[in-house]
Amino acid sequence: MGVNRRDFLKITGLGTLVGVGGKAAADLVFKGQVEAQEARPNEGALVGKRWAMVVDTKKCIEKIHKDGCKDCSIACHTVHNVPDFGNPKDEIKWIWQDTFEHICPNQHHPFTSESLEGAPFLALCNHCDNPPCVRVCPTGATFQRDDGIVLMDFHRCIGCRFCMAGCPYGSRSFNWRDPRPFVQNAREDFPTRMRGVVEKCNFCAERLAEGKPPACVEACKVKALIFGDLEDPHSEVREVLHEHYSLRRKPELGTMPQIYYIV
Amino acid sequence: MIDKALIGGRKYYGLIAVLLGVIGVGVLCYLWQFFYGLGITGLSRDVSWGLYIAQFTFLVGVAASAVMVVLPYYLHDYKAFGKITVLGEFLAIASVAMCMLFIFVDMGQPLRVLNVLLHPTPNSVMFWDFMVLTGYLLLNLVIGWISLDCERKGVAPPKWIKPFIYLSIPWAVSIHTVTAFLYAGLPGRHLWLTAILAARFIASAFASGPSLLIILCLIVRKTTRFDPGKEAIQTLAKIVTYAMSLNVFFLGLEFFTAFYSQIPGHMHPLVYLYAGLEGHGALIPWMWTSTALAAIALILLVNPGTRKNENILAFAVVAVFFSTWIDKGMGLVVGGFIPNPLEHVVEYTPTLPEVMITLGVWAIGFLILTVLFKIAVTVKEEAAS
Ligand code: SF4
Ligand code: SF4
Repeated sequence: MGVNRRDFLKITGLGTLVGVGGKAAADLVFKGQVEAQEARPNEGALVGKRWAMVVDTKKCIEKIHKDGCKDCSIACHTVHNVPDFGNPKDEIKWIWQDTFEHICPNQHHPFTSESLEGAPFLALCNHCDNPPCVRVCPTGATFQRDDGIVLMDFHRCIGCRFCMAGCPYGSRSFNWRDPRPFVQNAREDFPTRMRGVVEKCNFCAERLAEGKPPACVEACKVKALIFGDLEDPHSEVREVLHEHYSLRRKPELGTMPQIYYIV
Repeated sequence: MIDKALIGGRKYYGLIAVLLGVIGVGVLCYLWQFFYGLGITGLSRDVSWGLYIAQFTFLVGVAASAVMVVLPYYLHDYKAFGKITVLGEFLAIASVAMCMLFIFVDMGQPLRVLNVLLHPTPNSVMFWDFMVLTGYLLLNLVIGWISLDCERKGVAPPKWIKPFIYLSIPWAVSIHTVTAFLYAGLPGRHLWLTAILAARFIASAFASGPSLLIILCLIVRKTTRFDPGKEAIQTLAKIVTYAMSLNVFFLGLEFFTAFYSQIPGHMHPLVYLYAGLEGHGALIPWMWTSTALAAIALILLVNPGTRKNENILAFAVVAVFFSTWIDKGMGLVVGGFIPNPLEHVVEYTPTLPEVMITLGVWAIGFLILTVLFKIAVTVKEEAAS
């Protein structure tokens, strides 16, 4: 069975690694029309049919109120070489905090319970099941894998920013200038980006491929972030969603976000 | 025919020199942007499209409006437009060229632009926009050039050109419809998510494009021996009048839907644009200028007495041009991003280099236009003598 480079990236989760060796490796393997056996995920990789995340906002808010916790953002931004420009105009962020009324504008009302009013909520890419960013991208640089993860191919992106206009959650950032001087202690195992391309949360596709959970999930000390496969009826995400009432951001838009907030 | 662009008077060379100067500054600023990144603009992750895409959107309209001279002439045999169809087509060429340049300067990775063709994605409206704009450019190049060449030789245009001319009519509508679809299909951008957007785009296009054509006709008459004709100009003026009335009417529809329904998301961008939101209102003076210009222009245009006076008409169409430029150029594109998806109000102000690049692209457009018009007018002068 023939496998092209894109499928190869999709299957192996190398999509995000194209910046370092991944692209070269994929090009080597698939230069011309080399026939390959069906590619399989790495041994020990976490595989799922529909990845999703549940945020237990009670635990999260409590922790933030207690010590101003930013563990998840720091972990994510560190492993993904997210630059820190120190100004809002150039800002790039993958996972960050805002308040309940900004994360869920339609759910907020003047008598919102005290625990939610002004409470910190996490924002990140929703890995929408019906993602408008993928629909609008004119190059396929933004694409969705079969397991639902919405990924970026930094080498294909032309920087038109149609996806930023298309994302109704403000999940995407653009490299307005060369980010590399602003990455502290850049890690070798994840690509840094060049100027002029878009980036966002990748649900740690590169870590899943190694059998590890997303960095934010691992970093959270109060286990407020639960990650798992919604298609698996015995998964923890399914269980907690079954037991608690949960919200999604702007559900009326039909994007089917896969980040669930237990309130 | 190219040779006709090379011989001209002092004014012609002077104009070209000025345009080249502006282009030079634009190119230098673009080089800066090229090596630094789009960070030299005022754009941010909240307002991620600005001046460039606004110009692109506006100019697609100007390009499409060529159909307003082509259609009456070829489908209704309206003779008065015979003299100016080629001017309309050449205006379209210059406009599409500017559109493409504005897209280009807006790209983060301009050298990868061919990825749009290498990885065709029919689900993306931008892919289609790319296609229809290129097609429209080619159509107008072929039609404009062949017709003018025949005029020069004093022969009738070849038969095979007819199907292309007919094709160019729906094609013109398509470029602006597809451009509207870039915006109108995005969930969560309330200012854009409106079924009437394509209709609005076309109405404002048929107001602004013919307005510019009237101005150009008046300039041509003043500076050359070619007279586009009073009747042609008056008919264009009527087209502007109807189109501008529709444009204002359509805008009114947006206000009604937003404010009668009282849906906050639909009201916010309009409130931001015209009254300011959470203490931010950078665009308020612009939007009210646009409104005032539209009102004045409509009064002067609807009234036959003032419309028939070419001096007043000139003023009115300049007003239409700037009114629609502000409304569609700045208001629509920037307003769509404010407030942002998390309902924060983050504003946008273009920077100086960004403005210089924008002017540079306009100057390239005008250079193309000047050269093409020079050729057309010289041919017409010679044919007449
Ligand atoms: S949240 Fe935005 S970026 Fe993420 S998948 Fe949905 S539309 Fe795309
Ligand atoms: S900026 Fe890149 S990822 Fe986004 S739509 Fe354009 S090409 Fe696709």
